[in-house]
Amino acid sequence: MATPARSLLSSVRGAGDPASDTGWEDHPPRVGFFTDTSICIGCKACEVSCKEWNGVPDDGYSFTGMSFDNSVGLGADTWRHVSFVEQRGPDAGGVRWLMSSDVCKHCTDAACLDVCPTGALVRTELGTVVVQPDVCNGCGYCVPACPFGVIDQRRGDGRVWKCTLCYDRLEVGAEPACAKACPTDSIQFGPLEELRVRADRRVAELHDAGVADARLYGRDPGDGVGGAGAFFLLLDAPEVYGLPPDPVATTRDLASMWRRAALAAGGLLAGIVVLGMGGSR
Amino acid sequence: MTDALSRSYYGRPVLKRPTWAALDIAGYLFLGGLAGASSTLAGVASARGRDRLAAPLRVGAAGAIGMSLVALVHDLGRPARFVNMLRVLKPTSPMSVGSWLLAGYAPLAFTAAGAALTGDRVPALRRLARFAGAGAGLIGPAVASYTAVLVADTAVPAWHEGYRELPVVFVGSAASAAGGLGLLSAPLDEVGPARRVGIVGGLVELVASRVMRRRMGIAAEAYEQGRVGVLVRLSERLILTGAVAALVGRRSRPVSALAGGSLLAGSACLRFGVFHAGVRSAEDPRYVVDSQRERAERERARWERRMSAGTQGTQEG
Repeated sequence: MATPARSLLSSVRGAGDPASDTGWEDHPPRVGFFTDTSICIGCKACEVSCKEWNGVPDDGYSFTGMSFDNSVGLGADTWRHVSFVEQRGPDAGGVRWLMSSDVCKHCTDAACLDVCPTGALVRTELGTVVVQPDVCNGCGYCVPACPFGVIDQRRGDGRVWKCTLCYDRLEVGAEPACAKACPTDSIQFGPLEELRVRADRRVAELHDAGVADARLYGRDPGDGVGGAGAFFLLLDAPEVYGLPPDPVATTRDLASMWRRAALAAGGLLAGIVVLGMGGSR
Repeated sequence: MTDALSRSYYGRPVLKRPTWAALDIAGYLFLGGLAGASSTLAGVASARGRDRLAAPLRVGAAGAIGMSLVALVHDLGRPARFVNMLRVLKPTSPMSVGSWLLAGYAPLAFTAAGAALTGDRVPALRRLARFAGAGAGLIGPAVASYTAVLVADTAVPAWHEGYRELPVVFVGSAASAAGGLGLLSAPLDEVGPARRVGIVGGLVELVASRVMRRRMGIAAEAYEQGRVGVLVRLSERLILTGAVAALVGRRSRPVSALAGGSLLAGSACLRFGVFHAGVRSAEDPRYVVDSQRERAERERARWERRMSAGTQGTQEG
């Protein structure tokens, strides 16, 4: 759904081709992840391979008691995170397991990138969103801007960190470490257009097989972030996995916000001038 | 709020907690507003020859913006890289726009304050100071209002859901603080403009923040409950007390000063209240999930209304 407010930002917002919109010419096709959680077995190979390849520091050796999940959520030191949901089934004693490997969504309309004041966050030629650690000054603005709660500041380092979609591996033609390590192909990497076709086919397959709750999350280019570069097949409502049900890149409303702020500033100026003109006492 | 709407992953937050320190950033929201509106009020006062009102406002503005700069740099994860803020100018980043506003505003405010402190004894500086004072007065309102966009352009429910009213709340708060500073520091026979700006600003701040909370849906709870609620209610009482005291204390220096202090404190409490309400709404997945469900519900209702209006239209036509 293209809102009028969004079209005001159309110089940076286009038809789902963020690399072209940011000025890349003759760029390769946009790539991303399709994470099919219906075949995730919760092995955490993605978490481990991500940490190993990217040299990500430990995220605390804590025992949470949240099922098999001890890395808790995405953050500066966790760029792939496997969630474990245990649900009581309708029939007595039945337990349903939901497992899902979460990751940065590499949004088409990326709020983190929009609000970054230094230009440390950039759009790559592959349509992904990457932090340049040599530029980031740790202002922290991207942290509350991200509607998925992905990016965060690293303690003791001060800068923000997140998934790079293994930019260094992509440059030499290798696939991201997590997708490479995934034993069931729950994590699939490839050109986004191909992944979307594959995902549509898979969800139709599941519906035919009677899995009525199967749904795609982040697949729709008309959603609040213009479609995600990393999208998911889920088996329950997004919030069950810790995902926001209707995420929005709030820069969608920015033109309206600037207008209101300008009016308010004008009102303040006019008000003080008028009130300042009266008597002395 | 039904349980079905409040489902979450082990109660974990959906959003990341803002990394900003309250003292630095809520402090800046207050001090930046105080500085901006004080510069404007000082400009108007000095144009009318009320130099004993203008001088303390200029000094106050420079002090407030000086402390703001220190707080802002202190809050960075890499303070030594503060100059990266001026690496690019990005209209999509309120913080980038704000950095450039401050880069323009702060030197003007410092110059104007310097001239006010030296009592315009250096003739060569007088013209420069007049220009600096006017410039600071013109940029001041932008410095006071952009911070509303800064916090509203985030996924934080208690900030974003108030984006329509927040600029009005913030300029009202800035005006009441500047009026308060004038009431505290200027003699009775020149304090009139500050008194009026303080009263009107305080009322705008009070009414706009009430309207904002009434319109924002579920996230308004973050402003009303617990310690944030105490802070917000305290701010309302302080502002109201300050406005009433300013109104009735026209002939009394102590009552006027008390009114000024009360308005300043009320403005500060409101800024800290807004800040902490945001943090709370980000930490509790309920606010994120339910306010998004609410919004989706509203949009669907609007869509259905439009569709049914459309079919009625064709039937009538």
